[in-house]
Amino acid sequence: MEQSIFTELEKIVGKAGVLHTPEDLAVYSYDGTFEEHCPDVVVLPESTEQVSQVIKLAASHRIPVVTRGMASGLTAASVPFSGGITLSMTRMNKLLEIDEVNAIAHVQAGIITSDLQEAVEKKNLFYPPDPSSIRHSTIGGNIACNAGGPRCLKYGVTGDYVLGLTVVLADGRVLKTGGKVIKDVVGFDLTALFTGSEGTLGVITEALLRLTAKPAYARTALVEFASLPDACKTVNAIIRAGIVPATLELMDHTAISCIEDAMHLGLPLDVEAILLIEADGTNLATVTYEIESAAEICRNQGARNVRVAKDEAERASLWKARRSVSPALARKAPNKLGEDITVPRSAIPEAVKRLKEVSAKYGLPIVIFGHAGDGNLHPNILFDKRDPEQWAKVEKMVAEEFAIALELGGTLSGEHGVGTLKRPYMERALGTISLGIQKQIKHVFDPFNILNPGKVLPD
Amino acid sequence: MTQNNALIKPEENEYLNCIRCGLCLAVCPTYHEYNNETASPRGRVALARKGLEGELELSPNLIEQMYACFDCMACNDICPVGIRPADLALEMRHVQEQLHPAVWKDNLFSKVVGKPGRMELATLPLRLYQMLGIRRLVYALGIRRLMPEKLRDLESMLPHLPQRPIRQILPEVTPAKKESLYQVGFFLGCAQSLMFSDQSLATVRVLARNGCTVITPKDTVCCGMPAEGYGRHDLVIKQAKQNIALFEKADVETIVTDCATCGSKLKEYGQILAEDSEWAERAAQFSKKVKDISEFLMTIPLEKPTGHVDARITYHDPCHLRRAQGVWKEPRAILGMIDGVEFVELPESDTCCGSAGSQLITHHDTSVKVMDRKVNNLESTHADFIASGCPGCQMQLNVGIRRHGLNVKVVHPIEMLDQAYNNEEGA
Repeated sequence: MEQSIFTELEKIVGKAGVLHTPEDLAVYSYDGTFEEHCPDVVVLPESTEQVSQVIKLAASHRIPVVTRGMASGLTAASVPFSGGITLSMTRMNKLLEIDEVNAIAHVQAGIITSDLQEAVEKKNLFYPPDPSSIRHSTIGGNIACNAGGPRCLKYGVTGDYVLGLTVVLADGRVLKTGGKVIKDVVGFDLTALFTGSEGTLGVITEALLRLTAKPAYARTALVEFASLPDACKTVNAIIRAGIVPATLELMDHTAISCIEDAMHLGLPLDVEAILLIEADGTNLATVTYEIESAAEICRNQGARNVRVAKDEAERASLWKARRSVSPALARKAPNKLGEDITVPRSAIPEAVKRLKEVSAKYGLPIVIFGHAGDGNLHPNILFDKRDPEQWAKVEKMVAEEFAIALELGGTLSGEHGVGTLKRPYMERALGTISLGIQKQIKHVFDPFNILNPGKVLPD
Repeated sequence: MTQNNALIKPEENEYLNCIRCGLCLAVCPTYHEYNNETASPRGRVALARKGLEGELELSPNLIEQMYACFDCMACNDICPVGIRPADLALEMRHVQEQLHPAVWKDNLFSKVVGKPGRMELATLPLRLYQMLGIRRLVYALGIRRLMPEKLRDLESMLPHLPQRPIRQILPEVTPAKKESLYQVGFFLGCAQSLMFSDQSLATVRVLARNGCTVITPKDTVCCGMPAEGYGRHDLVIKQAKQNIALFEKADVETIVTDCATCGSKLKEYGQILAEDSEWAERAAQFSKKVKDISEFLMTIPLEKPTGHVDARITYHDPCHLRRAQGVWKEPRAILGMIDGVEFVELPESDTCCGSAGSQLITHHDTSVKVMDRKVNNLESTHADFIASGCPGCQMQLNVGIRRHGLNVKVVHPIEMLDQAYNNEEGA
């Protein structure tokens, strides 16, 4: 990259916001996967206006721009494979307004999700989406990938809370979508289009987020199952009974033992599965009724033991455990490849059965955990990438995992997104008509293909 | 990178196991201030890997990122795969010193810090600055305000120094006040005993009061932490051996220190010398005996003072005590047993205060930012006192309190207990 570009960028965001030493470029080369590629320059803007000017400069020189939050992503969506500018949104981390009357938060895209949650909870409001990375991911990243999390079962995904966006388009113009209204049917829903677009259509710089009342009570139960199929069936039995827990999480034996190795919480190691169930709400009697009803159903479905967390500390430690599963797996094997396939809830027992068959067929462990309540599973293959034979198997296994999801009426990804890792499977998942339309949409927004090129849509 | 082969360097699994999940970003004080991956533990691990694997040069800028780490160890604690980014940063400093040794470090850490007499001599100008009344003048005439910001901060680090170093005042053996129940060695930490000697005297009084015969060897040398921080692991080993040999001559069951930093280093001797056949067992025995003062007091039937201390007190967890030694309940318990004390928990009590030894000097801007967060939390408690058993934290807190114009006194928890004993009727 020419020196003159650096100079121009420094004029826009100041010297401290433009990084290009070899060390800076090296640490902006990765995300939460094992993919890497250095950008040519890292830019840390502090306002929408600065982003607009940076994009204008990039557009006039046809420089690729990859928007990046805290790079906790699991699809290499923020890895700048084409070099160019990495636009790090982490300094745009202001909470602009909490509108208590309308229950809406106005934030800059770089705010850390848990910081937003803490701030609104002080006002007795609640921002429910809770990806495992809440403490190390940004709202902008959550929106760009339409992040989910355990609480989606009851509360829905990130996109369900986005009322409006400020987006810098590929030519530097600033677009505002939506507003402080719950209902809005005027024109196409551009807010929804940008949600989950992984930085390929525009740069999200601000968001209006819908909040809800903070649930005053939460009760959490840890349920042990001697049999994994029983645990899977129980998920549907609970929801069919008319109970909507806030979360309904499944962990298989390997997941449990990984957590136990890492955190020593005294989880049972002689069971095939655990369900982590939480009920929440504003009325203690209702919450208690829900958790006890769920517990009763679990017992009827063959649960070996049901333990309701006795206090907030115990509840917090259960959730800390659940949030640590994915990283804790890394203790078991040098590498892991986690997917987040989603199937209709009714198909969970079948999906789990078929995944275990794939594992047996190739002789590599597949750990299963995830948000069973909404059909979103995280099968993680454990392997050693240095062994080429294992790596070849892994690639075949991933293809089979996706095939299982699609055959059962599900899809490739519930919450991680596509990035580069799932691109090869896009045509099979969506078909040529849908892909064709999506490519046309991309062309309308980004005719010179400078926004996160090479991501999501196949060439 | 053939020259790298002879180096003492981190093992592969100390960095290859990083899965880049990003959890460490959430707890890192420097990331919190800059929101920049280069200032994050994950970034430092990546740089260490690339530097050691030869993908990047071990450039001054790469090494600087290792020095920019405050070594608070919050990342070590949160890492789900057991990587210790803070330790890795220290080891990378050692790699650098092996490749490009800095002569001034030899002079400072070996010839001054390594010799107690010279350390005392080095503080003489500071003593004179106080004793001759210059410090009073500096304040009274407003000269302090004319100093550059950084110098002003360094000036406010200074506690009130005693006229004579404690090493010259304290007897080799302090008898237990009544019956002698324990034979306890007292490790005189450099910063703690030179800068906060009143507190160390309080430590000895409290021990004696609670049935301890206190043996204080005078020839202890620095625990090694400053040398470690500047990449001179070789000197740490040397200093460790001197201290081990010294305490072998004293017949003690326990070695107590009132400095969080010394305690954390002394407890590491066993691990540091584990591969040394001559020293491994001796070092392990030594480290097993080491206890922080608050930790030790909680293992004996500590006498509850009948005297009152009427004050609202909060507590800051030194990283070297809470994270390195897992000691955090004990100092709170000591404060809690004093009648009249209204204990109030400090928000984010376990985050770094920004001292990290000498970051206020070497990384002034970042140190001040990290400190401001701490002092804002302190202000929210409306406490009269903030206790913390670490001289580095205490000096840093003093600077922060002056900068923010607060009226809060910084103390060692042991001082409060000592004061409660002093306030007893007939004492």
